[in-house]
Amino acid sequence: MSSLSVADLRKRILYRGSPALVWFTLVVLLVVFSAMAPGLFTSKVNISNILSDASILIVLAVAATLILAVGDFDLSIGAVLVFSGILGAKVMIAWDGGVGTGIALGLVVCLVSGAACGALSGALVAYARIPSIITTLGVMGLLTGASNLITGGVDLRGLPPELTRNIGNRSFGDVVSLPTIVAFVVAIIVAVIIRSTVFGRNTLALGSNAEALRRVGVDVRFHRMKVFALAGMCYGLAGFLSLAKYSTTTIAGHSNDMLQAYTAAILGGSSPFGGVVTVVGTVVGVFIPTTLQNGFVVLGIDPFWQQVAVGGVLLVAVFVQTYRKNQR
Amino acid sequence: MILTEPLLEVRDLEVTFGHIQALRGASLTVGKHEIVGLVGDNGAGKSTLVKAISGVRPADSGQIYVEGAPATLGSPAASRDLGIEVVYQDLALASHLDSVENLFLGRQLRRGGVLRALGFVDRAEMRRVATETFVTLKMTVKDLSTPVGDLSGGQRQAVAVARAAHWAERLIIMDEPTAALGPVQTEQVGKMIRRVREHGLSVLVVSHDLPQVLDICDRVVVFRHGLAVASVASGDIGVRDLVDLMSGAEAADEEEL
Repeated sequence: MSSLSVADLRKRILYRGSPALVWFTLVVLLVVFSAMAPGLFTSKVNISNILSDASILIVLAVAATLILAVGDFDLSIGAVLVFSGILGAKVMIAWDGGVGTGIALGLVVCLVSGAACGALSGALVAYARIPSIITTLGVMGLLTGASNLITGGVDLRGLPPELTRNIGNRSFGDVVSLPTIVAFVVAIIVAVIIRSTVFGRNTLALGSNAEALRRVGVDVRFHRMKVFALAGMCYGLAGFLSLAKYSTTTIAGHSNDMLQAYTAAILGGSSPFGGVVTVVGTVVGVFIPTTLQNGFVVLGIDPFWQQVAVGGVLLVAVFVQTYRKNQR
Repeated sequence: MILTEPLLEVRDLEVTFGHIQALRGASLTVGKHEIVGLVGDNGAGKSTLVKAISGVRPADSGQIYVEGAPATLGSPAASRDLGIEVVYQDLALASHLDSVENLFLGRQLRRGGVLRALGFVDRAEMRRVATETFVTLKMTVKDLSTPVGDLSGGQRQAVAVARAAHWAERLIIMDEPTAALGPVQTEQVGKMIRRVREHGLSVLVVSHDLPQVLDICDRVVVFRHGLAVASVASGDIGVRDLVDLMSGAEAADEEEL
């Protein structure tokens, strides 16, 4: 319909949260790693690994994108994931009926507890008006402590083997795993919600100008709480996927998730200041930390460098965003 | 003198904040298709009156009549339901969203059928209606899909006025519509206000810009210390006299009331 002028294009790339930067970064990484470890990095097994590693992170980063849309931050990502995973694991381990029912129950417990944790943070942010960074810092501490109390700090074992066999490790064509498919479905659903529904449009409007939305009669506080609850449900789902992949609770394994999720979202083009997000950008963004991690392992570089690299990439991404904002 | 019911009649409104009486029995009428200017010094009660009419901060006592019928304006929603829309001084636009989305902010049109229940918005229809609204109001908003944050001040004002005009069935209240605009844009806002009237709406303009008020309004109401002290046809008074009325220098000259 409308023709694209160069100015339009420039505006789109600079201001509309276009994932141009993230595509560029990803391509550079892929090219560099492929060149440094030809054959190994591009092998079917390795690509399958990258996709699988990305699955849980995609779910988390998409949730982080929702939180960014309303202009908030959620530091409790990993803590909610672990906490709801523990509750789900407890149920699945204790269940002595049919395995399928037990797993389904575990999934429901993960989703519900995740949503409840999100709703708690959301309620504190929206109604008690505590800044989200502080709120979720508190919730993170609360849940991490609770997780350690419940488990005594020892990962739960004895999950049904079917969980890993039929869900976590189920693979299609030896490349795409079920968790990867689930992650992409979640991303598509959230993208459609944001793009095409009243809920999604109001979510962006809330992040853009909450007062304006309030004046036209939208219950902005309840809406903010719902967004947090929805994000929490995603963390719960990620907790379930983590159980399915690793067949244990991985209590200590998610402290880095929040950093990676926000790096993916912000590098993908979502604004840390609210109102502008792109789920497509986020999904592409997830492959930055994932590819870095994988590439370093393949090249035999200490994988701790991945954290350093991801932190650096996040700072660059935020710098670019801030620059864009100040240009407006 | 006026035989038909006024569109809006406000009678003896009182609003008290702690020890401060912001409105002390203020009265005001706005006729059908009338543009009324509301002027007064800071603290005269203009904003408080606007908040009472828009339902943001209901009055403690007094009556409001809309087309002769007593109205309870206890919330912004109640006021909107009676066909009253407000263009706020800060415009209340979501700067990251485009003109179409801002026109339908929080009141999006939905698709039909199952998609309606799922809350899917009807983008095409909203765009069509928005285009129509801008065309009828003779407003030229460059590109409907540009985030309003990238538009000029005058264009943003146009979007906010168009939104009010689209949703209002009776009255638009404009709070300091030109405070942040240059002379050319101020002129355009004046034209917009007259065009809104041509579409059958009444307008209440709250402004400090006295020459502009005299230029676009049919009648000017002067507030001082929480009371309406004068109501004069804008052709019968000059800026100097308005200032005197606002400051109370000519307190005796109140026979128009």
